[in-house]
Amino acid sequence: MLTPVPDAAPALVLRGLWRRFGAKIAVAGLDLDVPTGSFYGLVGPNGAGKTTTLLMATGLLRPDAGGVWVGGVDLWADPVRGKSLLGVLPDGVKLFDRLTGAQLVTYAGLLHGLDRDTAKRRTNDLLEAVDLVADRDTLVVDYSAGMAKKISLACALVHAPRLLVLDEPFEAVDPISAANIRDILAGYVRGGGTVIVSSHVMDLVQRMCDHVAVIAAGRVLAAGTLDEVRAGATLEDRFVDLVGGRTSGEGLAWLHTSSA
Amino acid sequence: MVAHLVRLKLVLTANGLKRSAWVVVGFVVGALYGIGVLVGAMAALGYVSTQAFELREMTGILAGAGLVLAWWVVPLVAFGLDATMDPSRFAPFPIARPKLLVGLTIAGLLGIPGVLTLLGALGSSVLWWHEPRALPAAIVGALLAVLTCLLGARALTAALARVVVKRRVREAGVALVILPLVLAGPILTRLVPAGYSLKNADVMPVVHVVAWTPLGAPWALAPDVAAGRWGQAAGRLVVALATIALAGLAWERGLGRALVEPIRETTKRRDRGLGLFARVPATPFGAVYARCLTYWARDPRYAMAVVLVPVLPIVFGLVDPGGRMVLVAAPLSGFLMGWSISADVAYDGTAFWMHAASPLPGAADRWGRALSAATIGVVVVVVLSVVSAMLAHRPEVVPALVGSGVGMAGVSLGVASVASSLVVYPVRQPGDSPFSMRQGATLPALLTQIGGWALVAALSSPVTVLAVVAVGGHPAAGWAALVVGPLLGAGVLALGAWLGGRLLDRTGPDLFRRLLAMT
Repeated sequence: MLTPVPDAAPALVLRGLWRRFGAKIAVAGLDLDVPTGSFYGLVGPNGAGKTTTLLMATGLLRPDAGGVWVGGVDLWADPVRGKSLLGVLPDGVKLFDRLTGAQLVTYAGLLHGLDRDTAKRRTNDLLEAVDLVADRDTLVVDYSAGMAKKISLACALVHAPRLLVLDEPFEAVDPISAANIRDILAGYVRGGGTVIVSSHVMDLVQRMCDHVAVIAAGRVLAAGTLDEVRAGATLEDRFVDLVGGRTSGEGLAWLHTSSA
Repeated sequence: MVAHLVRLKLVLTANGLKRSAWVVVGFVVGALYGIGVLVGAMAALGYVSTQAFELREMTGILAGAGLVLAWWVVPLVAFGLDATMDPSRFAPFPIARPKLLVGLTIAGLLGIPGVLTLLGALGSSVLWWHEPRALPAAIVGALLAVLTCLLGARALTAALARVVVKRRVREAGVALVILPLVLAGPILTRLVPAGYSLKNADVMPVVHVVAWTPLGAPWALAPDVAAGRWGQAAGRLVVALATIALAGLAWERGLGRALVEPIRETTKRRDRGLGLFARVPATPFGAVYARCLTYWARDPRYAMAVVLVPVLPIVFGLVDPGGRMVLVAAPLSGFLMGWSISADVAYDGTAFWMHAASPLPGAADRWGRALSAATIGVVVVVVLSVVSAMLAHRPEVVPALVGSGVGMAGVSLGVASVASSLVVYPVRQPGDSPFSMRQGATLPALLTQIGGWALVAALSSPVTVLAVVAVGGHPAAGWAALVVGPLLGAGVLALGAWLGGRLLDRTGPDLFRRLLAMT
């Protein structure tokens, strides 16, 4: 039985998503509703299916079964309309790194159909916001990992999407840039946008997000507002309760220097 | 520890082979090729060993010096050829440096090139079977030479690592190696006849000089002993030993520095402003067009094609001087430039997500890629047509060559636009060594190539026939080709871009998934 799709068109609705890679089932019947205007955190252990879910939610990976609705648009039935509402930052992919930072952001803008003046102006604004003005004319191939994350974020924002889907956006980003990015995202949400981020840093999600979903083994274990999900405990404790799998740390007695 | 390192090398090789059947095939083919080269070299040495002393001395020293030089130079540009035993990977482990040096040296010998070099060097003693007293010297010389190969290569790589690590130096170095390789065949066919007329007297001074260099000294031991030139033999031994000692020391120093001070690329390439993005029409098509043209200049894999194409008429001209063969250069380059975009999406790699995640119509993607290649292709075709017609002293065939070249480019662009919407296959990544083969060439990839070429040949046949007739001596057919070629090319390109775009609208995510799986 599928849960019915709500009428008020949330920013993102996933229904019954399945995806298999060979013998491994990465996503197993996943349902998720991301309300418009929410800052939604997606947490889960390594290999939980977060990245696979986000790829399917952004039109980059075809689901074996199930549907994706972006702002009420069936993404896999009408990809052009759906994708124009989406800003994406995938994890573990390359960029067109023989372009300079400014060229790459402009490229992303033009691909989304912006006119040149808008693309140019927004590129300048975004480079300033992510603190890459000094490196705007450097080829992206010469960027550090953190700088590459920041330029990807600028690419995801340049066409002013309604929904922003970010896979591990804070990996390798220094604390100051991370704080700047959090401010940008918070401002974007205040302005009516919706953000969904995946992360395994519980603290970050707890501080930043108002909604959270815990995913493991390709399913949603718990989802809702932050307070609903953590039910009085910290998010980390709740996460460990839900997912399980803590080992005691005993049995490494030789690691104590005294026993050497 | 030395045994550990040697075992590690063997385990790494074995695990590499377990990864896929294609790796095993590659290894076996490489080994067979190497054994073939070794057998050929041994046969040649066997033949030379029956000749006069001077010829044997010359062969031993020059061939040997060439071998050492190859060992020293190839790793400098063939970066990433064998990174599995990269010394910097051992930095975190507490290994005494002398042991690391010995272990890595022996491990370096345990590969197809190392084993073949050792066997070939020892086998070269066959040159001296007339003079039994020279045999021990030959074997000692061979072992010293192999050590010179291994240590010299390591020392040079370590010394130049800080230069080679710069991306631009590396990428230019690739061109420096590929170009001579392409030209080697034709140049040799010219040089070999000339070589027959060379007198021993012309070459011997060169041999005498080479024999005193680190490259030739170990190989000169045996002839010196055979001829009873004991003083010289002692001198060569000193040169050879000193070379090995210096190389070992230099490597030791370089290694010491590499372990504590990892190499970073410091110079960054810059490009002011938006470049082409400020000039193209501000549409998705214009963006793809500007991006692809930028890549033709900046991505070494594309730039290499542009650098190599002008070499075509030189190659044909050398193989068949003053003949008609050079006339093939323009149509062939049209085909090569056009077909090159059949791997365009594969060259993007996972960066293709940017296209897949944006509301970019497939047709805009196809047209952008095709017209950027066409922009360069048309210029190349026109220039090569004029150059090759001049080289063949047939200025009247220029219209035929331009027509057939442009037609060929258009037709192959059209077919490639469809092919690359359907199939992606593993390709070299921008930073890879030009000698590293991407494993996993699949049957679909092979079929696409063969089917694509057949289709291009069939669709372009009208203009090909006209061009052939024109070259046969009917200039009117050439003017017809000049009209038919561009029309035919444009027609097939339009059809291919339309069909490829429709296909890409559906296959985009599937292509991206396969690209993701290849990384």
